[in-house]
Amino acid sequence: MRYLPHSQAERAEMLGVIGAANIDALFSAVPAKALKNFDLGLPAHSPEFLVEAHMRALAGKNRAGADGPFFVGAGAYRHHVPASVDHLIQRSEWLTAYTPYQPEISQGTLQMLFEFQTQVAKLTGMDVANASLYDGSTGTAEAVLMARRLTRRNKIVLSGGLHPHYRDVVRAYLKDDADLECLSASPEGQGDILDHIDETTAAIVVQTPDFYGHLRNIKTAADAAHAKGALLIVVITEVVSLGLLEAPGALGADIVVAEGQSIGNALNFGGPYLGLMATRKEFIRQMPGRLCGETVDAEGQRGFVLTLSTREQHIRREKATSNICTNSGLCALAFSIHMALLGEAGFTRLARLNHANACKLADALEAVAGVTVLNKTFFNEMTIRTSQPAASLVERLAKRGILAGVPVSRLEPTDPSVANLIVLAATELTTDADIAALCAALAEELA
Amino acid sequence: MSMNNQGRPTGTGTSGFASTSGSALLPNEPLLFETGDTEHSGVDLPDVTISSGRLGGFERKMPLDLAGLTEPEAMRHYVRLSRLNHSIDSGMYPLGSCTMKHNPRLNEKMARLPGFSDIHPLQPVSTVQGALELMNELSHWLMTLTNTAAVALTPKAGAHGELLGMMAIKAAQAAAGQDHRKIVLVPESAHGTNPATAAFLGYSVRPIPARADGTVDVQAVKDALSPDVAAIMLTNPNTCGLFEPQVIEIAEAVHAAGAFFYCDGANFNAIMGVVRPGDLGIDAMHINLHKTFSTPHGGGGPGAGPVVLSAALAPFAPVPFVRKHAGGLELVEHAEGEVLGRITAFQGQMGMYVRALTYMLSHGGDGLAQAAQDAVLNANYIKARLAHAFSVPFGDYPTMHEALFDDSFLAGTGVTTLDFAKALIDEGFHPMTMYFPLVVHGAMLIEPTESESKQTLDRFCEVMEELAADAKAGNSERFTSAPLKAPRRRLDETRAARSPILKWERPQELPQAAE
Repeated sequence: MRYLPHSQAERAEMLGVIGAANIDALFSAVPAKALKNFDLGLPAHSPEFLVEAHMRALAGKNRAGADGPFFVGAGAYRHHVPASVDHLIQRSEWLTAYTPYQPEISQGTLQMLFEFQTQVAKLTGMDVANASLYDGSTGTAEAVLMARRLTRRNKIVLSGGLHPHYRDVVRAYLKDDADLECLSASPEGQGDILDHIDETTAAIVVQTPDFYGHLRNIKTAADAAHAKGALLIVVITEVVSLGLLEAPGALGADIVVAEGQSIGNALNFGGPYLGLMATRKEFIRQMPGRLCGETVDAEGQRGFVLTLSTREQHIRREKATSNICTNSGLCALAFSIHMALLGEAGFTRLARLNHANACKLADALEAVAGVTVLNKTFFNEMTIRTSQPAASLVERLAKRGILAGVPVSRLEPTDPSVANLIVLAATELTTDADIAALCAALAEELA
Repeated sequence: MSMNNQGRPTGTGTSGFASTSGSALLPNEPLLFETGDTEHSGVDLPDVTISSGRLGGFERKMPLDLAGLTEPEAMRHYVRLSRLNHSIDSGMYPLGSCTMKHNPRLNEKMARLPGFSDIHPLQPVSTVQGALELMNELSHWLMTLTNTAAVALTPKAGAHGELLGMMAIKAAQAAAGQDHRKIVLVPESAHGTNPATAAFLGYSVRPIPARADGTVDVQAVKDALSPDVAAIMLTNPNTCGLFEPQVIEIAEAVHAAGAFFYCDGANFNAIMGVVRPGDLGIDAMHINLHKTFSTPHGGGGPGAGPVVLSAALAPFAPVPFVRKHAGGLELVEHAEGEVLGRITAFQGQMGMYVRALTYMLSHGGDGLAQAAQDAVLNANYIKARLAHAFSVPFGDYPTMHEALFDDSFLAGTGVTTLDFAKALIDEGFHPMTMYFPLVVHGAMLIEPTESESKQTLDRFCEVMEELAADAKAGNSERFTSAPLKAPRRRLDETRAARSPILKWERPQELPQAAE
C-alpha cells in the first residue's frame, strides 16, 4: 500500500523489538468477540488511477457552476479566486501543519491568523476578531449564546430577514427554548424587529444584506436594541458587500458574524466554509473560538501565540465559553491571501462590480412579463415573484442549462406565501450574456 | 528592545522592508500591513461606476485601511511565512491525540474537480446527483467500519460532532419522557471538549476517576450510574493510548441504567478495520475525518466530524441527509418526525467528504486495517525502545496508537516536560502533546501514526534517548534555553494574555518629549 512505509520484514523486526509474537498480541485488550470477527466486504486497496477514475465519474454527474449561466446565492456565492491563492494554500507548510500548539515552529500560521484577525476587524469595523469559526450559521448560534452570557438575559429575537438555515441552526442549538423568538419571513424587506425588543431581550439578530437581498438599517436596529439594554448581532452572508456598505461596527453593532466563503473559497457544495466573528474589546473574554495575539520571544523579537485560552475547553473544560476546539485555518488562510491580493482598491472595485452586475440583472428581470423584483435596495442579490410556482420553474430552467437561483420554498416549505419567490445573485462572474439567457428562458417559461 | 509610545514591541520589519536577519531561509517577515498599502492590488478588476440608487444610503463613508499586495509580493509574503511552520511534509509530527498522518495529494486533486468544488449547496438536486452519491458512498464506508445503523455527515469538526451526538441523545431522552436525566459521566482522562459539550447542552458533568492502570473501572461507572444519568462520554481507545478492556461491560451497564454511550472517536485510527465500535455497544461516535481519514489539518481546521449512530438514535439524526427514491437520490432537508433539526447551513464539509472517500478507496478495507495495525505497531515500537530511559505510567502492557510517558524520569533534573519538548524542536522534530491527558503528571503523549518509517522512528528514538540522558546528566541549560534553532526563541505567553494585542495598529508618531 503506497502510503504505508513498512516492509513485512520491518514489521517482523519491530514486533521482535517489542517482544510480541504477532500484531494481534498488541490488541490483547480488545475483547476477543470484537476483534476482527467480521468481513467488512469493502473493496480492496486501489491504484491512484483507478481511484481517480471513480471520483471523476462521480464528479461528472454534477453540473458545475462554470457549465452555464449561474445565479445561485442565498448564503454561498460563486466568485473568482486568483490562481495564486489555491497554489499557496496547497503548500506543505500550510496544508499539513496543525494547530499552532508550539508557537516557536508555527509562526507562519500564527502571523497569518494575526493578519486575518486584523483584516476581519477592519472589514467589520469592530475592535477584535477571532481566528474564525466553522461557518456563518454556527457562528450565529455562538453569537446568540455569547450575548446571553454578556447580558445575563435570555430572550433572543431573530429577524425575518435572517437566512432560514441560520435560524434553524440557532433553533437546534437552543432546542425547545421558550425565549427564542423567530419572526416570520419578510421577503418584502419590511421592518419587523423593533417592536419585539424589551427589558428581557439579550440580543436581536439582523442580517444585511438580508436573505432576500434587502439592505437593513443597522443604525436604527442598534439604537432600538441599546435603548432597552439589548445587544445587536449583525449577520452578513455576503462579505463582499463590505466593500461598498458601511461597516456594522460604525453603526453600533455589538457582535458581527459573517460567512467568509466569498473571499478565497470555492462553493464546495456547502463546506468547508469559514465563520467570521468580531466584537467590542470589552466582550473579548466571552467570545468563543481561538485568538492569536502578539508578544515577544526571549530575545525581544516580535512573535505570535494563541492567547486568552482560559476561555477555552482544553483549559476550562465544562466552564468554557463554547465546546469549539478548532478554527477554519486553511479557509481563513485562503480568505486572508485573497484579501491581501485585493487590498482596499481591489476589494472596493470587486464590490462595485458585483453591485453593477446585480443592477443589470434587476433591470433585465423587471422587463420580463410575469416577473416582479421585490427589492428597492440590494447589494448583489434580490428576490423576484414569478407568476408560476418557483420550485418547478427553477427545475425547468435547470433542464435548459440555467441555474436561476434558489426557490424560497426550498428553505421555507411550510410557508405558502413564499411559493412563487426566487432569490437570485449576481457576482463579478455574471455576464451580460448570462443575464440575457436567463431572461429569455424565463420569458418563455412564463408566457 | 525599542518601544513605541503604545508600549508595543517593535520587532524587526517595522521599517517596511523585509529584514532577513538570521538567514535568507528564515526571514523575519513583516506584517502585510507594514509592507502593503491601500493602493496596491494583486487583482485586476475594472473600475465600474455605480449609481447609488439601490444602496439605500448605506454606502461606506470611511476607508477600510486594508493593505494590498501585488501577486509577486503576495507570493513572497506567504511563502516566507510558510517556512516558519513545521509540517507533516517536512518532519515527524508526533502530536498525541491528533493523528498527524500523511496527507495524500490525490485527495487534494480530487477535491478540486469542478464537479465537486464548483457546485452550489442550493442548486437543484437533480444537478448534483454525483455529490449525493458520494455522500452515500462515504456513509456506507463509515457505517461498515463502525457497524452502525446510521451516520450524520454534517458536523463541521470533532467537537461539533460531539455536540450533535449529545443533542441526539438529549432528543431521544426527551422523546421517551426522560428529560430528568441531567448528568453526564466523563472520565478524567477525557478531552476537554467532552465536558464542555455536556455543559453546553445544560448537563452537569460528573468525572469518573481513572484506575491506576489508566483505564476506566466498570465498577466506578456502575457506582456513578443513576436514574438521573443521561450518558457516558468515553474515549476509546482512551487518551492514555489504551483500549478500554471493559468497554463492553461499561456499555451494558450504561444501557441497563437507561443511559446512552457516547464514544469520542478521536482515536479511531487505532482500530479502523480491526474493531467495529458498534460491536462494543456505542450509541453515537464522531469520527474526525481530518485525523483518521487524512483530510488535511490545515494549520487548525477545517476538519469534519461525522457521527455514526445506533438504531436507537438514528431517528434523531439532523437534516439534511441523503435518501434513495425512485428517481435517484434525494436530499432530505426538512424531515418530519423526531429529527433534531439542522446544525449547520447546507450539507456540511463536502470538500472533506471527497478527500476522505478518496483516501478510503486508495486503502481499501484491507489497507485501512493495515494502517491501523501499523499505527499501533509504531506506537508500541517507540514505547519499547524508550521504556528504559523514560517513565511509563501504566505498566508493561501493549499500548494502542500512542505511547504515553510521565515526567518522573526528569525528577531532580530541573527540566520540565515543556523544556524537554522545546529541546526536541532543536533536533528537528515537532514535540509530542504535552501535559495531556491530565491524569498523568507532566504527560508526554506520542502518536507516530502509520505514516512514519522504521528509519524515522529509529532516529526519533535515538534523539529522545540522547535528550533523556542529557537531562539526567544535569545539562539543564540545553533544555531551559531551548529552542535555539527555531524561527523564534521561547515566546512570552503570559505577556500575550495580560495585555492582549489582537490586531495590528498603525504605529503612532512618538510625541515630542516635554523639556
